[in-house]
Amino acid sequence: MHDNARSPAASARKPETFRDAASETPFVRHLLIFAALAYLAFFLLLPLVSIFVEAFRRGAGAYFDALIEPDALAAIRLTLLVAAIAVPLNLVFGVAAAWAIAKFEFKGKAFLITLIDLPFSISPVISGLVYVLLFGSQSVLGPLLKSHGIEILFAVPGIVLATVFVTFPFVARELIPLMQDQGTGDEEAALSLGASGWQTFWRVTLPNIKWGLLYGVLLCNARAMGEFGAVSVVSGHIRGLTNTMPLHVEILYNEYNFVAAFAVATLLALLALVTLVLKAVLERRFGAEIAASRKH
Amino acid sequence: MTDTTYAVAKWRIRKPSVIPGFGLTLGFSLAYLSLIILIPISGLVWRTASMGWGEFFAIATDERTLRALYVSFGTAFVAGLVNVVFGVLVAWILVRYNFRGRRLIDSVVDLPFALPTAVAGIALAALYAPNGWVGSLVAPLGLKIAFTPLGIIVALIFIGLPFVVRTVQPVMEEIDSEVEEAAATLGANRFQTIRRVLLPGLMPAILTGFALAFARGVGEYGSVIFIAGNIPYVSEIAPLLIVIRLEEFHYEGATAIASIMLVISFAMLFIINLIQAWSRRRFGHA
Amino acid sequence: MSNFLNKLSAIALGVSLAIGPVVPAMAQTTLLNVSYDPTRELYKDFNAAFAAHWKKETGEDVAIRQSHGGSGKQARAVIDGLEADVVTLALESDINAIAERTGKIPADWRGRLPNNSSPYTSTIVFLVRKGNPKGIQNWGDLVKGDVQIVTPNPKTSGGARWNYLAAWAWANEEYKGDQDKIRAYITELFKRAPVLDTGARGSTVTFAQRQIGDVLLAWENEAYLAGKEFGEDSFDIVWPPISILAEPPVTVVDGNADAKGTRKVAEAYLQYLYSDEGQNLAAKHFYRPSKRDVVAPELLQKLPDIKLVTIDEPVFGGWAKAQPEHFGDGGIFDQLYKPGK
Repeated sequence: MHDNARSPAASARKPETFRDAASETPFVRHLLIFAALAYLAFFLLLPLVSIFVEAFRRGAGAYFDALIEPDALAAIRLTLLVAAIAVPLNLVFGVAAAWAIAKFEFKGKAFLITLIDLPFSISPVISGLVYVLLFGSQSVLGPLLKSHGIEILFAVPGIVLATVFVTFPFVARELIPLMQDQGTGDEEAALSLGASGWQTFWRVTLPNIKWGLLYGVLLCNARAMGEFGAVSVVSGHIRGLTNTMPLHVEILYNEYNFVAAFAVATLLALLALVTLVLKAVLERRFGAEIAASRKH
Repeated sequence: MTDTTYAVAKWRIRKPSVIPGFGLTLGFSLAYLSLIILIPISGLVWRTASMGWGEFFAIATDERTLRALYVSFGTAFVAGLVNVVFGVLVAWILVRYNFRGRRLIDSVVDLPFALPTAVAGIALAALYAPNGWVGSLVAPLGLKIAFTPLGIIVALIFIGLPFVVRTVQPVMEEIDSEVEEAAATLGANRFQTIRRVLLPGLMPAILTGFALAFARGVGEYGSVIFIAGNIPYVSEIAPLLIVIRLEEFHYEGATAIASIMLVISFAMLFIINLIQAWSRRRFGHA
Repeated sequence: MSNFLNKLSAIALGVSLAIGPVVPAMAQTTLLNVSYDPTRELYKDFNAAFAAHWKKETGEDVAIRQSHGGSGKQARAVIDGLEADVVTLALESDINAIAERTGKIPADWRGRLPNNSSPYTSTIVFLVRKGNPKGIQNWGDLVKGDVQIVTPNPKTSGGARWNYLAAWAWANEEYKGDQDKIRAYITELFKRAPVLDTGARGSTVTFAQRQIGDVLLAWENEAYLAGKEFGEDSFDIVWPPISILAEPPVTVVDGNADAKGTRKVAEAYLQYLYSDEGQNLAAKHFYRPSKRDVVAPELLQKLPDIKLVTIDEPVFGGWAKAQPEHFGDGGIFDQLYKPGK
């Protein structure tokens, strides 16, 4: 560890002062670890644990009953469908945007990055609201689409759009710094050896960024499945039809069916945990490769 | 609009490069960006603009609006500060110390990114209510957390927790311990080393993390409404006021507040990106 | 690892194919009933009863989809294009808003069904902790000592508007119409609310689950339901001597039903609320039936007679007047309720 790593020459010269000055005493170290862990316990672990405790309050039977109930299954299916559309869309966009931003110098780049980040800090309520204003019956576009039989709001397309909006930056944001750090040397080499643009991308760039890409996709997916505020505004809350899992949690909660609400919530929490474990496993297994790609 | 401007002007505004695909990737990015983000948002702006300055000004300076914005920005600021202190601490112990469960802690930090906010809100409200696990601990001290602005801060700490850790951690990993040793051999004590040598290098990352957590906190809705108490002028956040205005069929009120928040978010993000670009140039990393 | 991404995309494709058929095939007629929060349990039972009745009468299958939420939020969704065949909301003014803004409901909708289009009514009662430790019997007791009340926000919750109007009706009688005294009472009442949830259900959770406050101002049916869900021995229901006659109205959304060709079944659906079975179901879920004579007496016993003031009495002058006057932006509620100052 870093705190034990001292050059022998330095420690030979001034051992005592040096230890005080380049690292913390064991007491301070333990104090810091304790403080950090206490903070994480209060704000992270406790909420997580309480979800599972509430879900199993009436035993495993009630827990599983809540999950196989038809409306719960419909919510799970819809959530998976929405994520299956939204994530690939944002994946393609993320790669394209990162390519343009990281591999080229052009004016207005900071502005463009800011625009990409925007959904990150827009209130989810506003994200839903913009689509209501755009496609609602009171707008110009809504009645026009409706007359052609296209429904957006209070149907699956609206939910997908709102989800795409809130998860918009995830992949791009993960890739842009990574590709900026990697520079353009590899690609230039490949091109000078006669590879085509597509070949360069598939054979050179993609292998370099695949871990960052995967991480971005994982986070994007987790958020896509878990989004509440924006989807709530555009969903219409039709039971068994336009309810996603987070909305179904709210409905169950409002029916005083706390066990079922938390049972569905555990699925979402498990999804979050699986995402994190997957990421940790990848980092451990391919740590060297990832580090190499970062330092490229 | 932006799309064509770029396509026409790109040869002038970008530096020449042998790498292909600029037109394709930038064109696609801008088209997609316009479709998903810009057109919907311009709908909001158009709607706000059509109400006229007088009405907009009246809504924007209404005391309830101002208080709601103050509550949102104030609590997000405090939560951001707490996350700066503890986020740096968590990053520090993850990078510098080896202890059992370090990997576990390292992966759990991202939980708030992945956990749906409504679920977080329900769980936090149950914990911090006067009869909850944590709430009942602090209740004898006369301290109320849930249903007060403190509750909002708790929710926003949860939401913003990963931001500072995740922006500071990679930068900290790259700090060469030789710098600290050099400072130490030159006679600096540990406190001085941290303050004069380590912190300045970490500052851009800390600021970025703070700003991200802050921006996220200002707009947060799902987790906050369950724990806030939602009392106008006291614990009513701006996104809730937007929802209230919508439910009064007062679209102008809703879009006006939304536009104000939008402008502030955009300004904040722009500043963050400038900090990042600056630190990339100065330190070679963001 | 070069084929790793290929595998990943293969998996993604497989998943998306597997979950492809999300929307179930719907050969039979489908009705969408957009309703407010506390009617969930009622319509669960009623929809099953109506589907059986319709099958028997016509031989057709009908599936009824439900959407629940705050009354104002639901009305806004219908205005923005949610294709409700029927709306069953908490407030006349919410349906008026749909009628005005979309033209999908005629302006005289309230006269189309008996009893002002309210097949069932309800009122506002007090839910107190077991044994009524604060001795709350009437509206005046709510502002005595350190009593804390729990109510949702009248700006977002239909039920909370009835709470406010019920309190106003009592104060109007108590203070013989003295505006200053009425306003002072309402101001004091809402000062005692430590939490303003956005909907009636949120308030019940705050009161029952989180143990906040001494008294919950609630729909009569919600008060009963809270007892059932959170334990009969935890709460008592107190009927104040005077309260408000809350008339949650129902109507067909003509514009949507005609476009979908569901008018006939939609009208039958609402008519069935007035049938013997519909009325008994309403009473079973603690709504006050509009035809008391067809309802089993033991169900009626649970709904004791108290003086009920209606919105159409001169003190309020009907929804069209009361809504903007009391709950509009800058209305009386906004003027009185400034807890931060």
